[in-house]
Amino acid sequence: MSVLALMLADSRFPGGGHAHSGGLEEAAARGLVRTEADLPAFLSGRLRTAGVLAAVFAAAAAHSAAGRVDNWSTLDEELDARTPSSAQRSASRAQGRATARAAAAMAVPSVDNVCGSTLRVLLAATPRPHHAIVLGAVIASPPDAALVAAYLSVSGPASASVRLLGLDPLRVNGSLAALEPLLRSVAADAAASAALDPAALPAPGAPALDLLAEEHDRHHREEVRLFAS
Amino acid sequence: MSFDPTAAEPDRHAAPPAAGRPLRIGVGGPVGSGKTALVAALCRALADLELAVVTNDIYTTEDAEFLRRAGVLDPARIEAVQTGCCPHTAIRDDITANLDAVEALAERFPALRLVIIESGGDNLTAVFSRGLVDHQIFVVDVAGGDKVPRKGGPGVTTADLLVINKTDLAPLVGADLDVMSGDAHRVRGGLPVVLQSLVDTPGAPAVAEWVRARLAAVTTG
Repeated sequence: MSVLALMLADSRFPGGGHAHSGGLEEAAARGLVRTEADLPAFLSGRLRTAGVLAAVFAAAAAHSAAGRVDNWSTLDEELDARTPSSAQRSASRAQGRATARAAAAMAVPSVDNVCGSTLRVLLAATPRPHHAIVLGAVIASPPDAALVAAYLSVSGPASASVRLLGLDPLRVNGSLAALEPLLRSVAADAAASAALDPAALPAPGAPALDLLAEEHDRHHREEVRLFAS
Repeated sequence: MSFDPTAAEPDRHAAPPAAGRPLRIGVGGPVGSGKTALVAALCRALADLELAVVTNDIYTTEDAEFLRRAGVLDPARIEAVQTGCCPHTAIRDDITANLDAVEALAERFPALRLVIIESGGDNLTAVFSRGLVDHQIFVVDVAGGDKVPRKGGPGVTTADLLVINKTDLAPLVGADLDVMSGDAHRVRGGLPVVLQSLVDTPGAPAVAEWVRARLAAVTTG
């Protein structure tokens, strides 16, 4: 895996991820996640749905980046169509734009040579691209991009649980590590579908997460919320 | 001093703000030190300028609501950001949400000259990233104890302006303003310090004048 991919997966990467809980804040506010024991089910559920979708599109975008295929508008529309929650589309685009901004500022040869031009073409087609698509465009390796996208789909909520609920960070980290076999298989499946026509890419759904995201957005306008999603 | 034997000395001169974008000034400081009251006072004192405000309160919309209720600024000129329980992260380590808010305001008001970014209440180590703000004001108050300036910390020692707020409370809380002022000047090595009370001078004249001087420096620089 490239250093660039490691940086994108790092929770300290300045791409705005720290303000997104992936539905965890709303789940915690509703008492659906209270303790460390509740977390693994939330995380594996998210990984099998939102995580799979992110991995699939990160891999497909990486495939396009590696082959210099300009199908960014199509990928964007296809991912939009698979994200029924408007709040989740906004959260994805906010992180995508921020990740693109941070990646564009990494003026190192690996960025400039491999993905600098890809990023410019992507941003010309979609000024506010989805997060998963930016990850793929920057990493340009389907298996690596898929693994990073899958990991980020659970590392964000895990970190949010520590900050919101005061859960034991060591046990939370253990829960993340326990997801490794699932992360690997999600990434491998996503990489295997990377070359498909975008319209034929898998479309996993998570109605509960969609509803939590919409409720979070509504509550945010009415009362205090600490995370953007 | 250079730590890299192969490199030339780093350029010590700060780059001026990029042309065509508003000046960004951060207001940070501990919880309850009077950041929002100062921002409201500045909005009134600088009402002749094209300005906008970004708030980072940990309870996100609280400060924005305070400013809206105070009626000092058109609500469209106030943006609130979510900090994910980490106010210092949002102004220092990952400035994404604040940059997005500043850009949104600049798009909405093309003639914007000044954006004041108020941090959520944090501790004495919280400072703004230079990637987010051009200048920063750190606000402490006398009721927080007259030892605060002596304790230092990056906020107190490195902010471009230190405001020791609520001086009217000094006799009530037994704070020695001479000690606070003396310690502040000592740990700040010549950087400016303002002692103020928004009860005595609601317009925050000294801070407003400092902000106008920063704006003037951009215009003439």
